[in-house]
Amino acid sequence: MSTSKTGSDSGSVKVSASADELEVLQTSVASALTRHAYGEHALFAIRLAIEEAVMNAIRHGNLSDPAKKVEARWSVGADSAAFHIIDEGEGFDPGAVPDPTLDENLEIPSGRGLMLIRAYMSEVRHHGMGNHLEMIFRREAAA
Amino acid sequence: MASETSRLRFSSQGSVLLVEFADRDVLDEVAIRQINSELVRQIEAAKTAHVLVCFRGVEHLSSAALGTLITVNSLVKKRGGQLRLSNIKGTILEVFRITKLDRLFQIHDSSEQALAAFPRG
Repeated sequence: MSTSKTGSDSGSVKVSASADELEVLQTSVASALTRHAYGEHALFAIRLAIEEAVMNAIRHGNLSDPAKKVEARWSVGADSAAFHIIDEGEGFDPGAVPDPTLDENLEIPSGRGLMLIRAYMSEVRHHGMGNHLEMIFRREAAA
Repeated sequence: MASETSRLRFSSQGSVLLVEFADRDVLDEVAIRQINSELVRQIEAAKTAHVLVCFRGVEHLSSAALGTLITVNSLVKKRGGQLRLSNIKGTILEVFRITKLDRLFQIHDSSEQALAAFPRG
């Protein structure tokens, strides 16, 4: 982890299939957000989005292969926080994910992670084949 | 009689099985798998079909936890009972609203209100 001259905190963590490193990532990001005085709602939103993004990358991207890692890069500044979650999978078409809020899908136990990420983050982009997720949280969006 | 596991606390409240969380975060997959199997085991062993899940003290919840609640809801319905949820903090309630799961679950402000809403007998 590092802090730049502009006061931006950044770091990266490689997360294995067991997700053992996820708590280290969450703690580092939460510390940086707290240093920049982000509010409780922002901390909640970002913690949830990171959890969903990394677990999706492990499960659906890397197919829980213990030989594969998820790279999580983050940068927290005064006005926004950015996250890149990159897996070693074959990617996917984000447009093909079924809407979990439709009546016919409401009782399906999975498929809500991406929707929550989109709801809580200010910007969400999929790069490459879909195995590189970029999430940006802008401070003015925080309640 | 109350029993305790590492993740959940179970007790009988009349004709209702009351479930409470031991952890403030219901996020990580290993913990949620453990919660899922413990819930299913306790519900299948319970004498009553009704279940109240109280979220007092829970600060974070992931989509995997929502999935477990959906699975439990199906199991409880199959046994002829009702699943009700209570004491959900505002930030978590927002997660239920975003996913529209507030339409699927019966959510109450307090466990007292939830217990009073179950059918008698």
